[in-house]
Amino acid sequence: MTTPLTLRSQAETLAAHLPPLLAEAEHLASTVLLGEHGRRRAGTGDTFWQYRPAQNHDAARSIDWRRSARSDARFVQDKEWQIAQSIILWVDQGASMGFASDDHATKGDRARTLAMALAVLLIRGGERVGLTGLRLPPRRGSLQLQQMAQILSENATTDHGSPDATGMLPHSRALFVSDFLGNIDGVRDALHRAADRGVKGALLQVLDPQEEAFPFDGRTIFQSMTGSVQHETLRARDLKSRYLDRLAARKDELAQLARLTGWQFHTHLTGQSATQALLWLYGALERRR
Amino acid sequence: MFMIGPIGFVAPMLLLGLIALPILWILLRAVPPAPVRRRFPGVALLLGLTDDESQSDRTPWWLLLLRLLAIAAVIIGFAGPTLNPQQARDGRGDLVIALDGTWAGAPDWQAKIDRVSALLTEAAASERRVAVVTLTGLPLAEPLPFAAPNAWQERLANLQPQPWQPVAAAPYFVDQGDFETYWISDGLDYPGRDDLLAAFEAAGNVTVFQTPRQVTGLRPARFEDGEVRVSAARTPVGAPSETTVTAIGLDPAGVERALATVPLMFEAGQQVAEATLDLPPELRNRITRFELTGTRSAAAVSLGDDALRRREVALIAGRDDREGLELLSQLFYLREALEPTADLIDGNLEDVLLANPDVIILADVAILTDIEAQGIADWVDQGGLLLRFAGPRLAASDVGRRAEDPLLPVRLREGGRSVGGAMSWGEPKALAPFAPDTPFFGLTIPDDVTVTSQVMAQPDPTLADRVIAQLADGTPLVTRKFSGDGQVVLVHVTANAEWSSLPLSGLFVQMLERLAVSTRPATPDATELEGTTWQPQELLDAYGRLQDGRDLAGVAGEVLAAGMTGPQLQPGLYAERDRQIAVNVIGPDTVLTAAQWPARIAVEGMDVLRATALKGWLLTAALALLLVDLIASMAVGGRLRGPRADVAAAVLLAFFIAPDAQAQATEDFAIQATSEVVLAHVLTGDPEVDEVTAAGLLGLSQTLFRRTSIEPAAPMGVNIETDELAFFPFLYWPITADQPLPSREAYGKLNRYLRSGGMILFDTRDADTARFGSGSPEGARLQAIARSLDIPPLEPIPADHVLTRTFYLLQDFPGRHASRDVWVEAAPVDAVQIEGVPFRNLNDGVTPVVIGGNDWARAWAVTSNGGPMFPVGRGTAGERQREIALRFGVNLIMHVLTGNYKSDQVHVPDLLDRLGQ
Repeated sequence: MTTPLTLRSQAETLAAHLPPLLAEAEHLASTVLLGEHGRRRAGTGDTFWQYRPAQNHDAARSIDWRRSARSDARFVQDKEWQIAQSIILWVDQGASMGFASDDHATKGDRARTLAMALAVLLIRGGERVGLTGLRLPPRRGSLQLQQMAQILSENATTDHGSPDATGMLPHSRALFVSDFLGNIDGVRDALHRAADRGVKGALLQVLDPQEEAFPFDGRTIFQSMTGSVQHETLRARDLKSRYLDRLAARKDELAQLARLTGWQFHTHLTGQSATQALLWLYGALERRR
Repeated sequence: MFMIGPIGFVAPMLLLGLIALPILWILLRAVPPAPVRRRFPGVALLLGLTDDESQSDRTPWWLLLLRLLAIAAVIIGFAGPTLNPQQARDGRGDLVIALDGTWAGAPDWQAKIDRVSALLTEAAASERRVAVVTLTGLPLAEPLPFAAPNAWQERLANLQPQPWQPVAAAPYFVDQGDFETYWISDGLDYPGRDDLLAAFEAAGNVTVFQTPRQVTGLRPARFEDGEVRVSAARTPVGAPSETTVTAIGLDPAGVERALATVPLMFEAGQQVAEATLDLPPELRNRITRFELTGTRSAAAVSLGDDALRRREVALIAGRDDREGLELLSQLFYLREALEPTADLIDGNLEDVLLANPDVIILADVAILTDIEAQGIADWVDQGGLLLRFAGPRLAASDVGRRAEDPLLPVRLREGGRSVGGAMSWGEPKALAPFAPDTPFFGLTIPDDVTVTSQVMAQPDPTLADRVIAQLADGTPLVTRKFSGDGQVVLVHVTANAEWSSLPLSGLFVQMLERLAVSTRPATPDATELEGTTWQPQELLDAYGRLQDGRDLAGVAGEVLAAGMTGPQLQPGLYAERDRQIAVNVIGPDTVLTAAQWPARIAVEGMDVLRATALKGWLLTAALALLLVDLIASMAVGGRLRGPRADVAAAVLLAFFIAPDAQAQATEDFAIQATSEVVLAHVLTGDPEVDEVTAAGLLGLSQTLFRRTSIEPAAPMGVNIETDELAFFPFLYWPITADQPLPSREAYGKLNRYLRSGGMILFDTRDADTARFGSGSPEGARLQAIARSLDIPPLEPIPADHVLTRTFYLLQDFPGRHASRDVWVEAAPVDAVQIEGVPFRNLNDGVTPVVIGGNDWARAWAVTSNGGPMFPVGRGTAGERQREIALRFGVNLIMHVLTGNYKSDQVHVPDLLDRLGQ
């Protein structure tokens, strides 16, 4: 199902729905989307930002004589600060991501699609995108997208994956997508290391609606996706409230962790629209640059 | 048998199994339901959670109860419960169940069969051999067909009553060994019943089963004095009762229907009731049979035969060479008078004699050749009625002067006489009242009937006997003599109004009727029937239904003459050449007698409390409970999720709700068709034609919407086989060459539609290549389709037809082609031209069909964006033609919807004129 080709095309389809974020674009369009990222502040770049009165420390050659000639004061033309950002993605490829209830997409598919869509958007926006670990450092271009799709299509054999904190450039951005149902130590560790290097980013938890609702009853044996872990209960309904408590605690823990390290945390259900999650992701990565 | 209340058990020991139910309860409660294996990534969060209650694995009590109920139902079901179990009759040895099987038992035949079935069940319980026979259908060639009762149960449906009574059945039962007899009697006595009883009693015990119920039989209707007398007999004689006799025959359209009904009152204590039907001759001639309403039996039907048929009358005039002056023709008034009641035969005398009519009328015929005279005389002797009218020729001839002519009832005087004329004395003579012994007695004579000329009878000793009508002065007007089986009648005046005003009066018709009625053909007697073979046409079965008998062998005339109904002579209608004889179950003198049984015979009623085996019901209930249990335990076990829940819900729903999609669709169609005015077209099966037609009607609808107050909804295609047509005021029917013919039901629907005011526009779409009726494939198809439709005579649209002025003033009716061959219902010949418009009220003045080939739909058709779909003609002239085509459509729909209102509008100027004054 998840061949590189289909994954890429799915991602392109999803990204196409956001004709580069036209949805909330009108006020962001000129800065957020086109060309290099404008920083909305003066800096090095190509486009005009503002005229300001020349200061003492300004070199004479930086004075804009054409503007200065119209008045008595001298003016300096500021350019808008433009810089390309590096974004590193990690998508959980564990077997638990292969779960899907009813006719929803699997969590893994949704997670990959979202990550790829974000990558497509970012690369279109001139950023450099890569994966954690050392296999795919951040680069630009559509070749990068193809390679990324290739790597994301692989599946791991364990139930849960954990993020690889290596290969993160200092002060870059990162995105971790997983269901975060497995052991959380790996995540905590990776986040701490990221924070150490000044990397900020977002945690996106992708869950299936059944995992949020726990609509089970009767005598049931629950098995993990690989079958390595199992738990038997005689009345599944009785477990519901306690399961939901634990799930909420897990989310709290993740949110807490994110807050400590300056990350964003969001939970996305596969029953919801993917565009919604993509918008959130875009906003989360945009906000604190 | 072990009984609890009205319920008995075949195997009561099985009920002990119910004791095990409490044990089952405990066992079932202890076993938890099997676990479901589920993949669930969140299992990591579940680890370490334990179940709260230790009791949670128990099956819920209501589920247990459900299961126990199911098991109890199975146990009780197999114990063989029976509601109202029958107490077996004690009896041993062979058993014969004999049913009378006559028509009298037909109305409650099913009850009899049920009773036999119950008797067979009893016999099966006591393991007796049984033979079931109907006395009207004995297997005469074989011995009594003894067999196991269960074998007979299956063959019971084959037993049928017969429309006759047992004939000589007793000898069959002699020397058939000893057996007990159950006799299912129809309650009617018949010849040979005592012998039967004796034969049965010789073989063993006899028990009779019969219910006292009234048997009524309809006797053949007779004609007396121009009235139909129907009578019925009944048994047992008792309280007064009333029933109805219906006369059934073909209506002018050839459809069988009830022509008249008359109540028949049985007085208290009277066995026979009689009633008279006074019907117009036209109706009377159509009657084919009489039926007692509400009785399903052969005796309730009385078939009519020749005695009910129209008479054949041959008209022969002396002067055929006279031109014009139709009112002066000798035969004009005779034709007018006889046409409605008789079949008229024209031709010369020799041909007419070959046709052997009932009546020959000679109007002023004086000279007959010897051969003709001999032929007529022979024919009269065989029962013909020769009716002669006088006239100038007869008066001028020598016929009957010197000796009595065999074909004249009296000798005639020379010359006749005239009274009351310009050249004669006296007043015109009136008629004397009819004497009591004449066939005309009782007719009232209008005052204005006068006679100015007549031929005079020679006084004669026999004259007084032969006069059956005379003038006020005693001179004979009508004389009659009998000759052989027939009679010769002379009317002493002309058959036209030259000599008297008699032919102008209603009396003339009544006199003719009296004369002709009195010569209805009598039923042939035995000597006449000898040597003939009669072919059954329609046969009555015991229930009084008519069945085709044409494939049966003929019946010899002797058998018919004996009139004894039986297997050899089934009741029904028999024909030989053009004669018909009806053989009815009840003869004119049949008396119905109830069967009387000697005191030693046990007589039982028919009523039986049916033993009802409840095993099937209980097992079904158990199955249903198990099904509910299946779904319920899935629900309890948490497996009833997703698609399974849907399936379970569907299964449960299927138990309670029968799908009614078809009715829903029909209703939707009706609502769609009736909520607004809808133009409809007939679906031809050719998708291209249907699409174009729909587009055409859409274009017309849009034009109507824009220009007139008619605001139609989108047009609909109509399948004439399945859809109801009555909703549509207008049907557009494009004819394709390969269109299938409508079915019989569809034709019925179409004809109803046409008669009730609908309009169909037939479009052969071929006016560019073919003229109307010139045999294009579409034209031929239209002819084939229209052959069975009720289409009135047609004419090309006349210039003053209301279609030319209902909205626009039009002279032509072009479509995509501009042929002028457009046909509508022809105006009646007597339509009065009011202001140049044939004014008619039929169907509200709307022609039921418009037929043409101008392919209007293509001219009207619009595409989805509103432009014309097809080009019409060339340039401006073409656009003009399209406009006229649309105007024709507007006029047509106006005509359909407003009826004769628009044709009334032509009087508006006159009305305004009058109001102004």
